[in-house]
Amino acid sequence: MRVLAAMSGGVDSAVAAARTAAAGHEVVGVHLALSRNPGTSRSGARGCCTIEDAHDARRAADILGIPFYVWDLADQFSEAVIDDFVAEYAAGRTPNPCVRCNEKIKFSALLDKAIALGFDALATGHYARVLPGDDGTPQLHRALDDTKDQSYVLAVLTPDRLSRAVFPLGDAPDKAAVRAEAEARGMRLAAKPDSHDICFVPDGDTRTWLGARIPSRPGAIKGTDGEVLGTHHGAAGFTVGQRRGLRLERPSPDGSARYVLDVSTSDNTVTVGSAEDLVTDVVAGEKPTWCGPAASVGDELVAQVQAHGRGVGCVVEQVDPHLVVRVPDGLRAVAPGQTVVLYDGTRVVGSATVASRSPAVSRA
Amino acid sequence: MLPEALAAMASELSQPGNASSLHSSGRRARRVVEESREELAAALGARPHEVVFTAGGTEADNLAVKGLFWQRRDEDGNRRRILASAVEHHAVLDPLVWLAERDGAEVVWLPVDTLGRLDVGALRAEIDRHADSIAFVTVMWANNEVGTIQPIGEVVDAAREHGIPVHSDAVQAAGSLAVDFEASGLDAMTMSGHKLGGPVGAGALLLRRGIELTPVIHGGGQERGVRSGTLDAPAVRALAVATAAAAARRPDESLRLAGLRDDLVDGVLASVPDAVLQGDPDPAGRLPGNAHLTFAGCEGDSLLYLLDARGVECSTGSACQAGVPQPSHVLKAMGLDDETARGALRFSLGHTSTASDVDALVDAIGPVVERARTAGLARVAR
Repeated sequence: MRVLAAMSGGVDSAVAAARTAAAGHEVVGVHLALSRNPGTSRSGARGCCTIEDAHDARRAADILGIPFYVWDLADQFSEAVIDDFVAEYAAGRTPNPCVRCNEKIKFSALLDKAIALGFDALATGHYARVLPGDDGTPQLHRALDDTKDQSYVLAVLTPDRLSRAVFPLGDAPDKAAVRAEAEARGMRLAAKPDSHDICFVPDGDTRTWLGARIPSRPGAIKGTDGEVLGTHHGAAGFTVGQRRGLRLERPSPDGSARYVLDVSTSDNTVTVGSAEDLVTDVVAGEKPTWCGPAASVGDELVAQVQAHGRGVGCVVEQVDPHLVVRVPDGLRAVAPGQTVVLYDGTRVVGSATVASRSPAVSRA
Repeated sequence: MLPEALAAMASELSQPGNASSLHSSGRRARRVVEESREELAAALGARPHEVVFTAGGTEADNLAVKGLFWQRRDEDGNRRRILASAVEHHAVLDPLVWLAERDGAEVVWLPVDTLGRLDVGALRAEIDRHADSIAFVTVMWANNEVGTIQPIGEVVDAAREHGIPVHSDAVQAAGSLAVDFEASGLDAMTMSGHKLGGPVGAGALLLRRGIELTPVIHGGGQERGVRSGTLDAPAVRALAVATAAAAARRPDESLRLAGLRDDLVDGVLASVPDAVLQGDPDPAGRLPGNAHLTFAGCEGDSLLYLLDARGVECSTGSACQAGVPQPSHVLKAMGLDDETARGALRFSLGHTSTASDVDALVDAIGPVVERARTAGLARVAR
């Protein structure tokens, strides 16, 4: 196959490209320029977009002896990921920009361009597996290494996209093995720190970054009964499940901690409640996408709402037009805008964007 | 590199000697440097004393731009204005921007027409208005992207009436066009080795006698105190050999390259009728080895990849550092919109280029553009 390897400059994507080439494919490396004003060097464990990262990716491609290009997707990234991220927070929701980037950039704009240029597939350094199902169609599965599994952020890929995806690190035993492999191949980037934060927030301070982009005005913090318990500087600065920084004037009657249950930017109100109020037993998601056959009502699956969260057992109650699942054991702090991903064992069934509010707030 | 330049460099690398030293090996190196200076000067119509060796064109441009500004401003605090064409190479453009941001220079970017040729009327008008406050004028001899040859003679005429010094970045022109420093009337001119078959990292600033400039690099006082630093005798030797060889071959070589270039342009336009040749369509108005074309609906990086995969090497002609390509300031100055500028490719032909290279491109370009258009559409549809 002719495979385009997306190379961020990090160790994972470099080893992914190396493994793809070693498997005998014709590989071309590409670094995505996603920022209009790239910083000149990395500072700690930041994501992508620096000149140093582009250089590291190029050096890795040199060592592999594969052609390397930098493609400019900054406009698309800015529009589909960064603007969306700001707009979602401004609407009181909690988006996952990595999910959006995979959906709109890597496996859309980039993959489409690759296909148009004659490539058969796109390889990335994600920890996930594409395995053939009984009928041979590709299925998305969790990585072998559960601690590194990134199938959550890929759960927006449709069968057509999956058939073009190559994840060479899906069966890596662990990250240490990947680093050792980079080292063995003479790649200087073997020792680079992992990136954890949002790549387009340079210093990792997402709240301050958002604060500079979302206008804020003071408003009320209310209890589930509507009683005003304090004030805030702007509702968009809060996330469902947040406990710190509320600065409530009045403690709860029993002295227990209170958490953000709901953020409404339309009336600039933050609603707080108890830890129990934060637990929901129903999760509803808009615009479900399926990585294979759609789930059916009655299916007993596992639902996961955070990239590194744990999944909980659920029963599918509705799949069309919206996804509704019942979670008997309850899920804590499910925020609108998050992605709910459904698993059947290691297999990713599909995903949807969380729509519903906490039942405690709906009752209020 | 030209074989004779490579041989000269290799031979000189095996010889010891610091041209600034007085012992015998130093004297030997000094002699090599001075003979090279004479050879290079003769090839470019300059006097030996007017040659300041540098580590390439960028350094020579920086020396000219900063050195002339500082010198003229220090002589007369009123002279802070610099006139420059809007299509200068980054080696001139960026020092100018730096001087404007950090050192009080006022840079006037002179417009070009749709072919990339300087608007001499605008230059004259600016000189008439501000003759007393202009530090110097800088206009490249020929543009590195679109190949357009600038009206250097008219620029010099306009400035000379008012005693304003003129610098020209002739990196693209030296070796490709008839460049005679003395006859040009220029006060300072940049040339670089690697564009004419010499070594990378070797160049020179030709500086007319009587023109003072403030040094950028201070140290041992080499090169008349204008450019300190131990001279790289092997590079200087190879630079001179290449410059002399290029000058000797130029009449025939320019004809050969222009012929290849015309075949290239004709072949590409036959395969892709809606491709557009940018720059001067008159072959006499552009560098012989330059063909710059835009392909509507294509992205330059797609074309670059597809051609590279077929063994054709070219350039998108956009400045690209970390990899974020910016629309070319040259194409913008010529009035092209960003969308058109994105589909730009520059083909450069040199002493190693052959008719079969051109044939390979002409064979490849049709399918390549077709595929790149599909990819361009995929991008827009997303």
